Amino acid sequence: MEPSTCLIYDGTFHGLLTCVYTAFEEKLVVNNILPPGTPQTDMFAENMEVFTDEAKAKRVWQGFQKYATPRGQNAIYYAYLSELPKIELDILRYFQHTFKFKTSVDGDLANNHILNIAQTAKKVAREKHRMEAFVRFQLTKDNIYFSNIEPDFNVLPIIEKHFTSRYSDQQWIIYDLKRKFGLYYDLQETRVIHIDFSKNLSSLEEKEHLFDASEIEFQQLWKKYFEATTIKSRINTRLHHQHVPKRYWKYLSEKNPLHN
Amino acid sequence: MMFERIKEKLEILADAAKYDVSCSSSGSKRRNKNKGLGNSDGMGICHSYTQDGRCVSLLKILLTNHCIFDCAYCVTRRSNDIKRAAFKVQEVVDLTINFYRRNYIEGLFLSSGIFKDADFTMERLIRVAKKLRLEENFNGYIHLKSIPGASDELMREAGLYADRLSVNIEIPTISGLKKLAPEKNHSDFIKPMNKVKNEIIQYNSEKKLIKSTPKYAPAGQSTQMIVGASGESDREIMLSANYYYKNYNMKRVYYSGYVPISNDPRLPSLGSQVPMLRENRLYQTDWLMRFYGFDVNELLNQQFPNLDVEVDPKLSWALRNQHQFPVDVNSAEKEMLLRIPGVGLKSAHKIVQARRFRKLNFDHLKAIGVALNRARYFIICDSRGWETRDLAPSKIKSLILRNSVGKFRKEYSSQLSLF
Repeated sequence: MEPSTCLIYDGTFHGLLTCVYTAFEEKLVVNNILPPGTPQTDMFAENMEVFTDEAKAKRVWQGFQKYATPRGQNAIYYAYLSELPKIELDILRYFQHTFKFKTSVDGDLANNHILNIAQTAKKVAREKHRMEAFVRFQLTKDNIYFSNIEPDFNVLPIIEKHFTSRYSDQQWIIYDLKRKFGLYYDLQETRVIHIDFSKNLSSLEEKEHLFDASEIEFQQLWKKYFEATTIKSRINTRLHHQHVPKRYWKYLSEKNPLHN
Repeated sequence: MMFERIKEKLEILADAAKYDVSCSSSGSKRRNKNKGLGNSDGMGICHSYTQDGRCVSLLKILLTNHCIFDCAYCVTRRSNDIKRAAFKVQEVVDLTINFYRRNYIEGLFLSSGIFKDADFTMERLIRVAKKLRLEENFNGYIHLKSIPGASDELMREAGLYADRLSVNIEIPTISGLKKLAPEKNHSDFIKPMNKVKNEIIQYNSEKKLIKSTPKYAPAGQSTQMIVGASGESDREIMLSANYYYKNYNMKRVYYSGYVPISNDPRLPSLGSQVPMLRENRLYQTDWLMRFYGFDVNELLNQQFPNLDVEVDPKLSWALRNQHQFPVDVNSAEKEMLLRIPGVGLKSAHKIVQARRFRKLNFDHLKAIGVALNRARYFIICDSRGWETRDLAPSKIKSLILRNSVGKFRKEYSSQLSLF
């Protein structure tokens, strides 16, 4: 039996592509690819740390682009953003499958790796869409529209374009509390930012201090609207929860306004 | 803004607008240029869902619920004793912009009761849209309700600012309309519809020559009809829908199960059930007509004037046309794949993709997302098993029903026990 290798990378997309390069170049039998800090389960695999190399990453991606459709390329990136354990290995298999057949393989859904990538990409795309829907901006006293999110997957990089093209005449921030980084659009461009939330923002006093006086009024109008549009004789709570999963409610102003 | 007064109006005028089913905010291309507000890139977004499970994507309100008409099926009818209110043009503009900036909505759906006359009302609706586009540089979605009887000039102007226009036909048959809304003429609905259709045709031909032709209602027009208020059959409803799709290039026809709102003897009594299952079956039929290549007469005809309540219309059709099955998923044309119960648009596409790499069996089909509980009685694939069994339609139907839990199961079982 050939010895198998477990690759350790820095968690970046380019790092992952470098792993793919390394696996090919050194003809490795890879049984796992892990981001830093993950406990390893396989005692028999040899560990190998891979250092991100932009040039290698680029070569892998360009080679891939030759065969893969835009849909397949998207699927790989989206699957990576899922941050799901073991997804890296499926991504490697996807590349291997593509390079072996020298054609786009995203239709080969009877292959488990390809199917898993397609399904994971779909989950990420669904959450991307949900974040485009469920971000609720609150107007601060500094005239910035501010929003917190806590998505299951790392979707900030793929919702940037949507919000930048839509809200190009107002300053806004979308902050991912789970991954501790955000996007800030300053009327010119959108940048990645980090904020220190050491102050307690949960108290009403703090909120009133932070947000514009009209903010509370508009949230109340929105809540009123939300309630007035319900047709009482058709209430369907199961359907409602299916569409608006409870884990998102915390940040929805119609469910959880500044003033209760 | 006078928030307290606006709050009151919003409550009244949103409540009155909620019977308009359309919440579509898709199909328009209105790109944000020169750093304006908003962007419509063809895909709609539902920003929330009401407790009855309907999508909230637009600020859907009436400009006013004052109305000179007295249509039996309508909450805002003249003779109904309800609180009345009216928005000022600027108030609607402010609400839309502020909701949009907070990412609550995709845009505005503005309808209105008819005050004074059709043109006077239509002109007000247009003023809101015009202000949003020209003064606020707003590129979000705007759906304006055309007022029956509005003049051609106003319909032309409306289409310059709105993404979608619609006239609700309300009652699917002319005789039903006579009974429930004797003050309205069928031709009043058709006139603005016709104008919009012709303007869209003209826009499309002019655009080919002159690129800068101003957009005209880029998301097209739609209409809505009430189901279960005037005793028509499913066949009459779908033939009527088919007529509007074919003759007026409708983007959508909506079906709205009648919610009892009055004790008018011409209508189902207060407290009678909203026909939600029937509404659901009509939408399924509508989809089969628009995306699956079915002709309305295949699904509903003189022999079958009403849809089956127990099973969906595609399955119902398949059970009546067993001679067309089994279909071999590894070789059949896509048109035929689309006719297999349990195979939707997406799975049909995936089957076509995946079978290029290998022959598909039941496990593959299941993994792809085919609803095998229905499909397996109608297909042949790279597995042995079901295909050799020769089952009667009634047997297949009972097997499928036994092994599935439909979302409306509870409702129709109670309905059936009534009769």
